[in-house]
Amino acid sequence: MKLRLIFAALLMLPLTKLASASQVQERILDNGFKVLVKEDHRAPIVTSQVWYKVGSSYEHGGLTGISHVLEHMMFKGTEKLAPGEFSRIIAENGGDENAFTGRDYTAYFQTMAADRLPISFELEAQRMRYLTLPEEEFLKELEVVKEERRLRTEDDPESLAFEQFNAAAYEASPYRIPIIGWASDLEGLRVADLRDWYHQWYAPNNATLVVVGDVNPQAVFALAEEHFGPLSAEKVSEPKRRAEPTQRGEKRIRIKAPAKEPYLLMGYKATAIGHAGEEWEPYALEMLASVLDGGSSARLSRELVRGSRVAASAGASFSAFSRLPGMLLLDGIPAKGRDVDELEQAILTQIQRISEEPVAEAELERIRTQLIAAKVYERDSVHAQARQIGSLETVGLGWRLMDEYVDHLSRVTPAQVQAVARKYLIPDNLTVAVLDPQPIEGKGPAPASPGGHARAHQ
Amino acid sequence: MPINRRLMALLSGLLLLLAGLAVQATPRIETWETSKGARVLFVAAPDLPMLDARIVFQAGSARDNGQSGLASLTADLLDQGAGEWDADAIAERLEAVGAELGIEAQRDMASVSLRTLTRQAAMDPALETLAAVIARPRFAASEFERVRANVLIGLNRDEQDPGTLGKKAIYRLIFGDHPYAADPAGTPESVAALSRDDLARFHARHYVARNAVIALVGALTRVEAEAIAEYLTSGLAKGESAPALPPVQDSPSGALERISFPSTQTHIYAGQPGMTRTDPDYFPLYVGNHILGGSGLVSLLMEEVREKRGLSYSVYSYFLPMAERGPFLAGLSTKNDQGQQAREVLMDTIERFRAQGPTQEELAAAIKNITGGFPLRIAGNGKIAQYLAMIGFYNLPVDYLDRFNERVEAVTATAIRDAFQRRIDPARFTIVIVGPDGTALAGREP
Repeated sequence: MKLRLIFAALLMLPLTKLASASQVQERILDNGFKVLVKEDHRAPIVTSQVWYKVGSSYEHGGLTGISHVLEHMMFKGTEKLAPGEFSRIIAENGGDENAFTGRDYTAYFQTMAADRLPISFELEAQRMRYLTLPEEEFLKELEVVKEERRLRTEDDPESLAFEQFNAAAYEASPYRIPIIGWASDLEGLRVADLRDWYHQWYAPNNATLVVVGDVNPQAVFALAEEHFGPLSAEKVSEPKRRAEPTQRGEKRIRIKAPAKEPYLLMGYKATAIGHAGEEWEPYALEMLASVLDGGSSARLSRELVRGSRVAASAGASFSAFSRLPGMLLLDGIPAKGRDVDELEQAILTQIQRISEEPVAEAELERIRTQLIAAKVYERDSVHAQARQIGSLETVGLGWRLMDEYVDHLSRVTPAQVQAVARKYLIPDNLTVAVLDPQPIEGKGPAPASPGGHARAHQ
Repeated sequence: MPINRRLMALLSGLLLLLAGLAVQATPRIETWETSKGARVLFVAAPDLPMLDARIVFQAGSARDNGQSGLASLTADLLDQGAGEWDADAIAERLEAVGAELGIEAQRDMASVSLRTLTRQAAMDPALETLAAVIARPRFAASEFERVRANVLIGLNRDEQDPGTLGKKAIYRLIFGDHPYAADPAGTPESVAALSRDDLARFHARHYVARNAVIALVGALTRVEAEAIAEYLTSGLAKGESAPALPPVQDSPSGALERISFPSTQTHIYAGQPGMTRTDPDYFPLYVGNHILGGSGLVSLLMEEVREKRGLSYSVYSYFLPMAERGPFLAGLSTKNDQGQQAREVLMDTIERFRAQGPTQEELAAAIKNITGGFPLRIAGNGKIAQYLAMIGFYNLPVDYLDRFNERVEAVTATAIRDAFQRRIDPARFTIVIVGPDGTALAGREP
């Protein structure tokens, strides 16, 4: 082909070298605040992210959703800033800002022209220790969060099914808690609860600052010292351990909600880095998930969507990077004329195949290539780079894993994939949830009482 | 599964993202035509060993010509078998080299985008596959039946989402007989009526060089970019550019539609025909809307609806500028017994803004936000490729990026008020309300 001659002169750098040049610099201030900086001079911008070690998996019954409500309240005023002023200042400086709450973290970020970094630090330092939490603002914002729950959970049948699936699968693990919180817990939340939660978790020694962009690391450290250095540390205790007991048999639930199409969710209790018997197990599970769903050439698309055509769509996912052991998740929507039982059987057949026959070396090679390419693509976004650093650090694994995890994954062998399938993907470890569509037309209003979905699972 | 608290709030900001630019460090755009007549826009980005290629065709649903869903299904089938490869082989060829392919048809355009490493062993097969996908899709009967059946399931799923139902309805009502009225995915009936021959005909007419714009951003020299553009269009017919679309007509009066849905929230949409991508009022309307409902948490609508009253998680307004006048839309969702109140606050805020225009302070803050955010919007090859495709597709001047900030800075409060009063008329808005029966009782009937 003609192309080959033309492109012979193009860049031929070794990929592994490109993929691993993260060059993060670390400094820990006297108050325990960790600062991580990565230079990226491709554009005159910077992203600044503060990650707190708190999220829904730190919560307990009666207070679920509090981390996320507190995230909303972080925009509602400090001793020096009126409610909403934070956002107005960032906007006037041409910044993008956002915040997100997960199971294991709550994070806040601003992306701005690089010379505006001091503004970001000044504001973030303010709200790390001097949030005012005015009651009237809290009461309004709680209504906003309830609307968010209605929008994203109550009125979305698949999301509702996922919430109940999760609560059914986990018995004791706090991963059973929905990030947005149960409806009745939101009803019962008081501003005093938020004050306690804020003082318990929001302190420099429970947070990490990640800065990626067109900056000089030494200057960033100095600036961080100036703004965050004076903040006092807090005595922060680890959350109590709530280990998931061994599951002793398959669980099954059915979720009835107004919907038009059924939806299947399956989850096998698995492990995570730092919890596994063998260090390679979580990586082998990630590779396994990619064998099933690492793109359109992976097995679920090839065999179930295009091959037997039992699925309109099907997916698999697993994250090795969580604070606590999670699940290998599978989901799908049956194709026309097929039902969820057939889809479940087809997925189980794929699981069985992985247990019984070693994955082809070519499949693993394809996944390794995709991983390495994704590391290059990730560098097109300072935000994505910072997010990777912040999440690894905050779930307790350390940012250095960022450079190592492609190697860890690349070392996984077909025998190891088979081994984790046989160990974890067994019926006794499985929870299955099915969305059972109820008629939409001709029905009156759905029960809208705030406690309507607070029913926990046995 | 993190919760992104601003995701909904920023919807309008994202839709108008393509608008905000300034003078600082603007990428140097090179442009030419391939021998087949496709326009190319190229930016050399040597820092990362990767290429973003985006090919856009005037092949969106506005070209469906009564066969709603045709453009979208055609796009869906492109990579399900092309040239000598079936769907499995195409997926395998791309993913084996870490390449990513995205295909989508909206109302104006169909876009095919590829991201690949520039290593020869990766880029060669990726580009070869891309060229086949745009020029030689097979539209095999069996693949056609499979993809169509899955599209029908997707359309069915849309009907379990009150927000999607409402959005489809307001487009239908605002645009009436215009091709923009239909949802790009079509309806169950219209999609069921399509044949593989319809798709092959649509492809032969619209996926042609003179109807295409190619955006390339990556670690290439100009010579290499020229060779790639030439190669990508080599399999296309020269063809002709698609004819202009009919202009969008204003509806003489407003309309109100209620859709019964057993949801815990009532969704409210309000809108009318808005502006074109090359509209003479583009800048005053864009900056004005940024203040009204386009700037996330600091917009007037967000202040009135969410910050002051806690009525909705998401509230926004936006212009979606298109080849002909795309919609101006505003919307929110709130628990059912607040539907009436939220609707009044939404309409009052729009009407007050139209009557008074922005204050000098609001205008100054908006201009600082838009122009100060310029470096963010072009930070990344992927983002630049989207701008290039937009500039090429809508025939905007190549110095559009360079001059954007000065045009934003030239907007005055008077110009915004004037433009809103001429172009936006709440009395003739179309309104769609989705929720349980009886909860969103009529207030102001149009």
